[in-house]
Amino acid sequence: MKLSFKLNGKKTVLEVTGGERLIDVLRDTCGLPGTKEGCGKGECGACTVLVNGAPVCSCLMLSSQVEGKEITTIEGLASGKELHPVQRAFIETGAIQCGFCTPGIVLSAAGLLNRNPSPSREEIRRAVSGNLCRCTGYVKIFEAIEKASQYMKNRKGGGSRDE
Amino acid sequence: MILRALYEGAALMTSIGKRVNRTESLDRVTGAGLFTDDLGYPGLLHAAVVRSPFARGQIERIDSAAALKMKGVEGVFTYKDIPGHNSIPIILSDQPCLAEKHVNYVGEPIAVVVARDRRTARAAALKVVVTIKKLTPLLSFLEARNHPAIHLFGKDNVFRQFKVRRGDPARAFASCDVIVENEYRTPYQEHAYIEPLAMIAIPHPDGVVEIKGSMQCPFYVRNAVTRVLGLPESSVWVIQAATGGAFGGKEDVPSLLACQAALPAWKLKKPVKLVYDRTEDMMSTSKRHPGWVRYKSGATKDGILRAIDIEYVIDGGAYSTLSAAVLFRGTVHAAGPYRCENVKIDSYVVATNKVPTGAFRGFGSPQILFAAESQMDILAEKLGLDPVEFRRRNLLRVGDETITGQKLLNSVGLEETLERVLESSAWTPAAESEKDVGFGLSMVFYGVGLGAAGAYLARTGANVILHADGSVLFSVGTTELGQGMTTVLSQIVADELGVPFDSVRMTAPDTSRVPDSGPTVASRSTTMSGNALREASKKIRAVLVDEAAEMLGCPQDQVRIEEGKVFTEPVVQRRATAAGASIGPSAPASTTGSLPLQEVIKSCVHKRKPLFADGWKIAPPTSFDGETGKGDPYMVYAWATNLAKVKVDRETGEVHVMKVWSAHDVGKAINPSSAEGQIEGGVLQGLGFALMEEMLVDSEGRITNPSLSTYLIPTSEDATEIVPIIVEHPYPEGPSGAKGFAEQPLMGIAPAVANAVHDAVGVRITELPLTPEKVWRALQRESRGR
Repeated sequence: MKLSFKLNGKKTVLEVTGGERLIDVLRDTCGLPGTKEGCGKGECGACTVLVNGAPVCSCLMLSSQVEGKEITTIEGLASGKELHPVQRAFIETGAIQCGFCTPGIVLSAAGLLNRNPSPSREEIRRAVSGNLCRCTGYVKIFEAIEKASQYMKNRKGGGSRDE
Repeated sequence: MILRALYEGAALMTSIGKRVNRTESLDRVTGAGLFTDDLGYPGLLHAAVVRSPFARGQIERIDSAAALKMKGVEGVFTYKDIPGHNSIPIILSDQPCLAEKHVNYVGEPIAVVVARDRRTARAAALKVVVTIKKLTPLLSFLEARNHPAIHLFGKDNVFRQFKVRRGDPARAFASCDVIVENEYRTPYQEHAYIEPLAMIAIPHPDGVVEIKGSMQCPFYVRNAVTRVLGLPESSVWVIQAATGGAFGGKEDVPSLLACQAALPAWKLKKPVKLVYDRTEDMMSTSKRHPGWVRYKSGATKDGILRAIDIEYVIDGGAYSTLSAAVLFRGTVHAAGPYRCENVKIDSYVVATNKVPTGAFRGFGSPQILFAAESQMDILAEKLGLDPVEFRRRNLLRVGDETITGQKLLNSVGLEETLERVLESSAWTPAAESEKDVGFGLSMVFYGVGLGAAGAYLARTGANVILHADGSVLFSVGTTELGQGMTTVLSQIVADELGVPFDSVRMTAPDTSRVPDSGPTVASRSTTMSGNALREASKKIRAVLVDEAAEMLGCPQDQVRIEEGKVFTEPVVQRRATAAGASIGPSAPASTTGSLPLQEVIKSCVHKRKPLFADGWKIAPPTSFDGETGKGDPYMVYAWATNLAKVKVDRETGEVHVMKVWSAHDVGKAINPSSAEGQIEGGVLQGLGFALMEEMLVDSEGRITNPSLSTYLIPTSEDATEIVPIIVEHPYPEGPSGAKGFAEQPLMGIAPAVANAVHDAVGVRITELPLTPEKVWRALQRESRGR
């Protein structure tokens, strides 16, 4: 089948069977290895991507399900050379250790801030609870997401932030 | 005066002790960093492993016909195809690459299937028919020693035994006022790094086999591949790819994967990639040894810990792998960080028909420290002392001897870690807390480096090249696993050469670039590679200083290089302290003259002076007597105090950890942000070990929960408030006073939590994890007992 969707802001048309996992389409067909596979069963969240702005495990989604949708992978989160506030905050806060879970968590955090620009610590905790990190103890990840929220407020003056 | 201002600015700019951003963080956060499975090669084939479904049996037949018929399958390989020796060299060499006549655990590798894509390889692996005659497995590690019928290793199924004999424990117990004796048990702990194991083997036409993968120890991998393929060490080039967490789980196991990928790659002359899926990774790769401890300790009324008698047994699984070294560390740390004049320890690691256990953060010590620190609280209570006071009367200070008789000469910040935790938490044992809320203390220590068990591996090499444009490239043999080594080593090189941090980068660790530098384990990278890099950098600095002195027309001892600038100055004691703290000049610099470092480099290049150098460091001597356990087993120790605040739900038995204070004497935090990250991450892994992580094995020896939805590790919902506290008692032999410590944050968390639960609701749990069920049952027993 012909699959058309928006990938990192670009209209994309692919020939697929429709039964491929989205993660394989992204990594193998589209050449975007930033989406990581940690378990293949939706347990670890390393393969998280944004589908219409909301975080989804790409190992649990089939290619046919993204028809007409808008997908953001970690490669598409920055605007050109300017990092997304979540990316910047993760670097500055030291929220990255091995970094294998980082793309997924960054996207979950970006998804959270899309719909809730000023999340509480509890809301942050809940939003990234589907993303396992074995290195950091999550402390600096929470701090980074709070910092990113602050950056976004400063940048946009508290307006709406549709991606 | 202007010069002085410049000078002071520069002095502030050394990156040692600064929170510089991680070197690799931009790559990680943009998805640009490539891990093993992200790498592609033309003609790349994919491998999958055929594994034993049984815990013990005899292989009668391996039938690959059906698999070979599948479209896309390129070959099936068994032990018969191995050109060299079918064994993985670790400490002993009892583990085969692929099983021959026997299988000894569920998941043991038997054959490797290679196909054009991963899905086909995995499907074909299921089509290989292995006929196995089942034998009764030995599953209980407490029955393994001297088992009458099943002999898995030697005569007694004991891989290794250690002893410590100090003083006269029998007599000392007779003079004790209180004696406590208990049994403690701890379960498997699975590393659950988020990146599963992955490896690629690339055969080159000239006979070199290149290995790229997720690993801690490139030299272990090289040794294994050379053994299995029968190649010289110079022909196997092992390069570490970005590695997504390890925690010990990528110490020995990558050797196995590398051989499983290299064998078909060598045979087919094509690159082969092997990635374990999560289930396969969890069921077939190493974990923390389950442990059993009988711990008897006694004290006198004056609060002195007089005598300790310990029997410690850990479950090594089917092959010995790293078990001897794991047991060694557990044995040395068995008494906790206290003085005790009368000690008897007998420790054993035994063979069973289960997955080989191995290295995991703490390396044999968390199991026994759970017992040791629980005992300390029980003893204190019996003595009528509070847990702080009892520990204060026994804790190790400079000048004291450990239980192995090692005299502690310096860098003993244990007491300060206690004071800092008490100060930060404002907790006192006498304070009343809310209902069902309790506080629990633990104090631990960590012998830095490989110690006497691995002394022959305790060396590191490094090389540094200062390029003509002022950029610096260095190579070491230790690896980045997420712990922040690359950043810390870059800080050390930048500091020593006097160049900006941003101008320094590291090559991927590569066995063809640096000599065997031992493994990346035992929290050794900062001290060992750091010292080797300091040595190499010093040699280059000497060349620069020589040239700069000539250019500035001043004596060499008045040349100073910092942050890409060269100054002349009167001699000041800049590196006067072992911690390398920058101490400003006592008087304003009176001489004049400065140059951009770039000018000096240009001049050196023009004159063809060598701006590269090697460094080689061996660890200070260590010792351990096999009969008495006497000696100096580690070069230096890190020290820690933890305090956990918990609330117990009496209805459900749930333990809610409200806050953890964790103070660590690290010598010197080269990057405090990284050091805090190690504390925070280690504490949460420790909470997983304490509260929820438990791998279960059924009566056939199968792991029943090899997935992340059935083996539970802490999520963000379980994360608690952690207060990391860094204490710095410099280690004179370490770079800028640093000593390794990153394993330590996990080690004392379980007993702190168990002690806090006891403080909260009065029940003492001696078996990990402290699941709601266990706590609830203990509460029920307690209330019935009343």
